[in-house]
Amino acid sequence: MPFFVDSVIMFTSQVLFFGFGWLFFMRQLFKDYEVRQYVVQVVFSVTFAFSCTMFELIIFEILGVLNSTSRYFHWKLNLYVILLVLIFVVPFYIGYFVVSNIRLCKNNSPKNGNLMKIDSPSDHPSRVGVIGVTLMALLSGFGAVNCPYTYMSYFLRNVTDSDILALERRLLQTMDMIVSKKKRIAMTRRQMYQRGEEQNKQTGFWGMIKSVTSSPSGSENLSVIQQEVDALEELSRQLFLETVDLQATKERIEYSKTFQGKYFNFLGYFFSIYCVWKIFMATINIVFDRVGKTDPVTRGIEITVNYLGIQFDVKFWSQHISFILVGIIIVTSIRGLLITLTKFFYAISSSKSSNVIVLVLAQIMGMYFVSSVLLMRMSMPLEYRTIVTEVLGELQFNFYHRWFDVIFLVSALSSILFLYLAHKQAPEKHMTL
Amino acid sequence: MQPSNATSGGRSLLNETQQVGQRAQCSYFRKEMASLDRVKVLVLGDSGVGKSSLVHLLCQNQVLGNPSWTVGCSVDVRVHDYREGTPEEKTYYIELWDVGGSVGSASSVKSTRAVFYNFVNGIILVHDLTNKKSSQNLYPWSLEALSKDSSPTGIIVSNGDYDREQFAENSVPLLLIGTKFDQIPENKRNDVLTRTAFLSEDFNAEEINLDCTNPRYLAAGSSNAVKLSRFFDKVIEKRYFTRDPSQMQSFTDRRRFHFKKSNQLECCF
Repeated sequence: MPFFVDSVIMFTSQVLFFGFGWLFFMRQLFKDYEVRQYVVQVVFSVTFAFSCTMFELIIFEILGVLNSTSRYFHWKLNLYVILLVLIFVVPFYIGYFVVSNIRLCKNNSPKNGNLMKIDSPSDHPSRVGVIGVTLMALLSGFGAVNCPYTYMSYFLRNVTDSDILALERRLLQTMDMIVSKKKRIAMTRRQMYQRGEEQNKQTGFWGMIKSVTSSPSGSENLSVIQQEVDALEELSRQLFLETVDLQATKERIEYSKTFQGKYFNFLGYFFSIYCVWKIFMATINIVFDRVGKTDPVTRGIEITVNYLGIQFDVKFWSQHISFILVGIIIVTSIRGLLITLTKFFYAISSSKSSNVIVLVLAQIMGMYFVSSVLLMRMSMPLEYRTIVTEVLGELQFNFYHRWFDVIFLVSALSSILFLYLAHKQAPEKHMTL
Repeated sequence: MQPSNATSGGRSLLNETQQVGQRAQCSYFRKEMASLDRVKVLVLGDSGVGKSSLVHLLCQNQVLGNPSWTVGCSVDVRVHDYREGTPEEKTYYIELWDVGGSVGSASSVKSTRAVFYNFVNGIILVHDLTNKKSSQNLYPWSLEALSKDSSPTGIIVSNGDYDREQFAENSVPLLLIGTKFDQIPENKRNDVLTRTAFLSEDFNAEEINLDCTNPRYLAAGSSNAVKLSRFFDKVIEKRYFTRDPSQMQSFTDRRRFHFKKSNQLECCF
């Protein structure tokens, strides 16, 4: 009986998550496109629903909701389903849509066979786990560095309105030059066509001398002008992107003067300290080959009890604090991931490739969430870890943590280098005299 | 004008100043001439609808082989015979400005894009017949282009909603082009054409439905070619032959120094 009730609760929550994923897909991700293949939307929502269910089960574990055997059962079930989706269903559909896109482009290529790989069943959690952990570490490393960089106004370059106006003027002048050259090409081509001679360069030369709007310079032929046009077009693109950059910086400067902006600036200082601490800890872990045995909650409680002499009920507080901590981690990682995915999707998708990209994003999301569960083990006190360990079986958790630290360190250091170079290079371009 | 200074140093300085002044005047007039000749038509629409292919087809009479993403704005020039076949026939260069991006772009992109919306004489709105959202997005696109006004005292269009009357009294000629016509199955064609008919009524514009990879849709003498030619004629007429200052652009109080006689100043930025 309790098993039935628990299953009903789990099922209802899964339906809720599915609905949320569906809405998110329609309202946010795909809002500029028409959904023609509903299977994409279904797959995305299913992946999202099962990933969220995993997080929900962790929360239930901490809070002690539901019967423990039914929890175990649902863990196993959920894990199998999500691994099935991530390893078979999503890659299959990605392959299917890629092939059908290629077929639309070149109308005569034969349909390829099934692109599925057949692996042995026992490797699945570890393979998904490794990829997911790598992904997580890359994103965390970059996020840990980028977050203070964007929040703190110390890094904002000083941009004035006259800088922007000057750049816009240059952009329009470049466009004008492109237009005048294209006019010349068009008129020349038209005269050559009227005279019935396409390829003759000499005629082009005479035609230009005779044309009313010609400039006094003589022997340019069409290909030379075309090359100049190409160079100018490249320049105009660069100027456009620089102007967009300056406008964005100017908006950020204005934002930083508001109350919200100041708050985020303050947070930025905190995050930079956190980022430095994490890099330091990762280095120490690798250098001294150390794996943390206790989670931050228990350690924090130990410190307060032993060093500060405050006495309180350890069991009670550890449960609540770990619930809050884990809850915060889950919510921020889901939110952060969805926002990043949306931004990424807007940046790179077009109407042809939108299906494939959404499926790839669903795959990334699923792997990210699975590995979050793996790594979250470290943040939970011992008694809650057991279920995760039991369900996932024989996995080398220490390996994952070590791997995470390595990739995190590499990602954070290269992000610092990258941001430093980008920051250095930009002001030199906008020096106004 | 002869310099009247006694010292040679002073003379050379005055010479230089004169030369600079003359050069400035020269470039001013050249700019005048260039901007007088200019007929600028914007090509707007969501990314991926086929604006670049369309512009290439209109200007080069060829199909674009390798369409790639437009960053910023790309311009091409079409040579158009105004009032072709009549004694008043004259050749004009029509600049087609293909502005890239989407309606949901960041505000920094939108404010940069707004630079291209100056001195616009006509707008071609492009939508994808297989994607309804691209048709719906034409309303915010047209609003963005027509109500761009940098002076804060301009009349602000209400919260972005479109209004048919505003389009009716709008003086910038519009043309609606639907692309990827060949990708619509036969049985759906009527629905699509009804939908686009509503759209063209809303915008008070002519509509053309074609496939940018097939030049026969714009073959000389076809109804599409006639509509296109009529549109460009209308643009040129508005630009050159109806210089009534009260018939300024669009909804808001825009720059008033737009169309002036040739020997007066033309305001740039």
